[in-house]
Order: sequence, then structure tokens, then C-alpha cells
Amino acid sequence: MFPFNFEWVWDMGHYVFHGGLWYALTVIGLGMTYCIIKSVVDTVKGKGGGHHH
Amino acid sequence: MDSALIPEGVKRCALWKFLLGLFLVGLVLAWGVYAMLLCWIKGLNQTNMNDYYGFALWIWADLAVIALGGGAFFSGLLKYVFGKDDLKNIINYAVLIGFICYSSALLILAIDVGQPLRSWFIFWHANVHSMLTEVAFCLSCYFAVLTIEYIPLILENRQVDKVPFFHNLSHNMHSAMAVFAATGAFLSFFHQGSLGGVSGVLFGRPFSYREHILIWPYTFFLFTWSAAAYGPSFTLFITWLTEKITRKKLVKDNTIFLLAKISGWMILTYITAKSADTLYWMFKTAPAQGLNWEFFYSNNALYGKWILFTEIVLCGWLPALLLVFKPTRENAFLRVLATLLGIIGVSLNRWVMVLQTMAVPVLTFDMWALYMPSWQEVATTILPVAYGVILIMISYRYLPIFPQEKELNPINATAEEAAA
Amino acid sequence: MKQTQTQNQHRPKRYGMAIDLDKCTGCGSCMVACFAENNVPFKQDETDKLLSITWMRVYKITNGKKFPETEVCYLPRPCQHCAGQHEGHSPCVSVCPATATDYSADTGIVSQIYTRCFGCRYCMAACPYHARYFNWWDPVWPAGMERYLSPNVSPRMRGVVEKCSFCFHRYQLARDKAYLEGKRAVSEAEYQTACTQACPAGAIVFGDLNNSEHAVYQIVQPDAHNHYKSKNPYAFRLLERLGTNTKVYYLSSREWVRKAGDNYLANEEPGASHAPNQHG
Repeated sequence: MFPFNFEWVWDMGHYVFHGGLWYALTVIGLGMTYCIIKSVVDTVKGKGGGHHH
Repeated sequence: MDSALIPEGVKRCALWKFLLGLFLVGLVLAWGVYAMLLCWIKGLNQTNMNDYYGFALWIWADLAVIALGGGAFFSGLLKYVFGKDDLKNIINYAVLIGFICYSSALLILAIDVGQPLRSWFIFWHANVHSMLTEVAFCLSCYFAVLTIEYIPLILENRQVDKVPFFHNLSHNMHSAMAVFAATGAFLSFFHQGSLGGVSGVLFGRPFSYREHILIWPYTFFLFTWSAAAYGPSFTLFITWLTEKITRKKLVKDNTIFLLAKISGWMILTYITAKSADTLYWMFKTAPAQGLNWEFFYSNNALYGKWILFTEIVLCGWLPALLLVFKPTRENAFLRVLATLLGIIGVSLNRWVMVLQTMAVPVLTFDMWALYMPSWQEVATTILPVAYGVILIMISYRYLPIFPQEKELNPINATAEEAAA
Repeated sequence: MKQTQTQNQHRPKRYGMAIDLDKCTGCGSCMVACFAENNVPFKQDETDKLLSITWMRVYKITNGKKFPETEVCYLPRPCQHCAGQHEGHSPCVSVCPATATDYSADTGIVSQIYTRCFGCRYCMAACPYHARYFNWWDPVWPAGMERYLSPNVSPRMRGVVEKCSFCFHRYQLARDKAYLEGKRAVSEAEYQTACTQACPAGAIVFGDLNNSEHAVYQIVQPDAHNHYKSKNPYAFRLLERLGTNTKVYYLSSREWVRKAGDNYLANEEPGASHAPNQHG
């Protein structure tokens, strides 16, 4: 019923594949989380108003 | 009327001209959307595909746009990871082109499968030993990366940038871009490669089957390498085309020359490997399966030896040499010609790996099968082109895609105000 | 005795076929029986054979010589149920991204899960025998024919791939019956495909290639240590040298027919010993 009931056997192929996949997803996810949280903090601190670069 | 949205210090055509342009390209888009709906509602019987041609025009288009979109990951890798800072002047456009190519590829796949609503089965019931599974996962993840790379550009729109949060987000995403670019390169390496693997692993198809290194056939590495080589050529060609259409110089020559040089050397190394692979296949792989290489290029109306010459010599070695040598690289005509030849070459390679693979008979009593796409297939293949043109038009008008545009095309401040 | 039966039951089976091409008259009964047995859809216009679904297809091949030396042979082609170079590495099973086609280690049968297939057609690109077919249309049965469909085989919807299953539903029925009757093994006669039974010439023999009591084993004499290559000098498999390791064997006393099974270079002798591809 739950998606934790895997159909596959955890062999080397699955470790490598899922390892690579979740590594990439984690980097992307953590990277975006960092960007969003830091932007919220920056905004609260009053940075970034208007046109300056 | 829309001047408040246009980046500061640059000139854009009148709004009516822009809208007229959008409308005209929109008509082509609508034609494509109509064909797409036909395929979804009535099914794939709308195509001329058949049981010999299960993979056809769409899959070629898919492989071709992904190869051409390779400019995004490779330029990103060079700029953010290897520190080729000059590329910052063209990276935005490379990202935009990549975004268009990859979203198109996903759309084409959604039309191509027989039961689009079940597409998620590829993730849910994944067979990790299938090259296509690797493609699906990496393609989706890399599309997310491209979106992340494109978002800061949207946030730099003059009005959006006024919102402090968006301004900060754009800034912070830029700061973290090296991480995303590196992840993107990692994902690209695998999906470009597995697209090559798609045909390379077919041991029932002697035309495309190749020997392996570990689990990856040679085509895996050739596809990744060729995307990194020809992708930047496509970025350069589209940049040249955009400059011709806007009648403006948008990127300085030193950046163009740098990317052209990198593309040239990449093509040269790729085509050396590709030539070696082809010779090995001709004289070792194919004979081991009882087939003389000339068999694959005879007894049919289309696939002759010309195709080998065109792909490898005319659209491989020639553009490589034109881009590697400084005098020809810095000659505008020859450089653009080289990038165009490169685009044709890599597209032809993908065509051969998909459609010629399907055409060649394997059973001794079988026949060559040629196929002609239906108009619905053609329209849905043109659809992404129209979509791409529209996205480029909108992005160019409202986003600061080319950092050097202002400097290269100074305008009189009073004239700008008068126009506004 | 009981223990032997249990052992027999648990030994992996390897269902396969031997088709005697010297006996086949090309009548097409096998094709018709297959259509009826498996609810294979058809259209009013079947002139374009590249769009026809034929799980079992009879090819007509010739020796290419002019009259009076012309010879003709008919070659029925079901799914070859490839095992590949290591058990289960069939061309199609290895590529399906959604595990919608599977290799049964118990029977050696390559299955197709219609409700899981999402129609990418990669398996069709992988199969050199063109044994796989796509449902370009939803099936439309002539009025009243729905009532004559087999209740044991689910009809397929538009957009999925289908192929010969060696009438797997018959195996399921036979297995269930055998289980209920004291957990005995399925006998040779209990599980036969529709094409085998329909062939008026008796050209098709079906059974377990791992069971020395089955006729198919005795005809083929498979060499389990050499990718089940037949020891019968008149037997061959289609495209054997590609390493597909199929379970459908053909028999012919004519050399040109045996030669038609594989591609050979001009200087090669058919059936010459050659190492199959060294791939996965």
C-alpha cells in the first residue's frame, strides 16, 4: 500500500542509481532551501529595497 | 506602453510590432497545439509511425534538442566550475536556450508515449537497468536545475526586482549558482550519456549496438561528448541569429571567440573518437554479427554512404577545423558556417541513431522499412520551435539577457524618454 | 514419491517451442487460433501489415533462385521469449523503463503487463524479431463479438504494447488445477499453446526445455551449458549469433532455410561455431 514496499531487490545497480539520484535531489533541494531562507532573512533585515545593485 | 517593464538603457521595438510578431509565431504554435491535442485525444494513430517505426521523428527531435541544449550545462560548467568568467556575457542566453530545449524535449515525450497519464510509472516502477529510466530521472532533475538557473533572470526584470524579497532571492541564487551548475553538469553527463546508451545497448540491432565500458556502451560517452561539443555551437548560432534579427551587437567578440574555440576543440576531440568508434564498428562489431558494414548503406532509397561522409567529414571534421584555427574562427562568415554545419552534424547523428536503426532489417528475410511522418508529427515537432521563439521574444524584451547590450548599443537618454 | 513431485514442481521450467519448417504448409491456422485465443484486436482494413497486430506471424521465405530451382518455406514467428546471455536479459525486458515486461525465472516466459505499459515503445525498438506490437487504436469488435472474447485474457487498450505470451493464461489455469489436485506438477499435455493445438500438420511442438520427458526437449536436445544451443543438426534459432538466446527452435532439412536464420559474411559457413556477443 505504501511506497516503501519496493518491488526491487537492493542490488549494486539500485544503490548506485538511487545514490546518484538522491544525491542530486538533495543538493538541489538544500541549495534552494538555503537561497529562500537567506532571502527571507535578508528581506527582514531590510536589504534589497529598490534599484541598487 | 510596456516601457516600465523593459530593462533600463536598452531600446526595444514598438509594442505593436512585438505583439504582431507574437501573433504570427502564435499561429504556428496554435497549429502545433492542435496537432498535439489530436494525438492526445485520438491517439498515436494520428502519426505515420508503425510497428517497425516505434521510434520516429519525435524521438529524433527529442534527442536533437537535448544535444543542442547541451550548451547550457557545458557553458555553466565552464563558467561556474572552471572559472571561464568571460562566458558570463553569454551564459544567460545559453541557459534560456537550454531551458527551451529541455522543456520542449519533455513536451515531445509527453506526446510520444501511448498512455501519457501513466508517464509517472517510469518513476514509480523504475527499472534502473533501462537507459530510458536514467534518461527520465536525469532529464526531469536537470530540467529543475535549468528552471533554477532561469528564475534569477526573471527576477531581474525591472519591476520584479523592485520587490525586496525577489531582489534578494535573485542575488542569493546567483551566489549559489556554482552548486546548481555543478549538479546540472553531473545530471547532464548521465542523461546525455544514457540517451546515447538507448540505442547503444540494443543488442538485437546490429546497426546501433556498441561494445561497453562497464555497463555503458561507447555511444554513452559519444553522446555526452557531442552535446558538450555541439551545444555551444548552437548557442553561438542562435546568438548570431538574434543579433541579425535585432540588428544589434549583443555579445562582445572576445566571448564569442572563446566559446567558438572551446566548441571547436570539443568537436575535434569528439569527431576523432567518433571516427575511431565508427571504424571499430565497421570492421569489428558488425562483422562479428555476420554483417558487412556496406549492408547498412545499401539496398534502400535513402540511407547511403553519403550519410557517413556528411555526418563525420562535412559536419564533423570541417567545422572542428574551422573553429580551431584562429583566422577561420574569427572570420564571421566561416564561424557561423561552422556552427551551422555542427548543428546539422549532431542532428544527423541523432537521426541516424534513431531512424536508421529502425530502418535496417535484422532478420535475413525482412525488408528495409522507410517512413514518412504525418502532418501531425511535423506540426508537433515545429511546435517547440514556435514556443522557443516566443519565449526568446518575451525574455529578450523584458529581461536583461545580454549584460553587454547597453554598453554595445548606447542610446541617447533624451531620445529614450521621448520614446517612452 | 511425494518428495520427487515437489522437487519437480519447484524446478524452474523453460517453456519453448520446436517448429518443423518441413511440415509447415503456411496455412495460417496458428495465426487464426492465436487471434481467437488471445483477443487480438483487428481492423476492418488490414492491408498495411506494419499496423497489423499478429502475435503469431507466418513469414514466407524463398531461396531467391529462379524457376525451376525456386523453393519456398513458411516460417511461423511467435515471440521468441529470449533469455539473453544471462537468464532474463532479453532485449526487451532489459530496456523497459517501467518494468512493464518481465522475465519469469520460473517458466522462462517473457510477460507483458498491459496496465503498466505506458507506451514508450522502447521494447519494440529493441526486438529484432518485430514480435512486439503497439495498439495504435482502441480495439473495435464487430457487433456481438464481445460475447465471444476469451474471458481469460484481458483485452488491451490503446497506447500499450502487446505480444505473444505463450498463452500464459493456459499455464495459470493448468497450474491452479494441478495445485488443487494435490499439488502435483503440470503435465506436458495440460499446458499447450493455442497455435500448437491448431496446427493441422503438427509442425509445432511445445513443452519444457528443462524436462527430458517432454517431446520438445527430445527434439531440440538443448545444451544447457552453451546457452541452450540445440544439439540437433537440423535445428536453428533466429538470429542466434546476436546472443538473444531464444526459446523457439526451428527445424529444417534444407540448408538454405537454416542459413536464413542468421546473417553470415560471404566467407562464413552457416552454423559455424562462433562465440556469441560478450555482452550483459
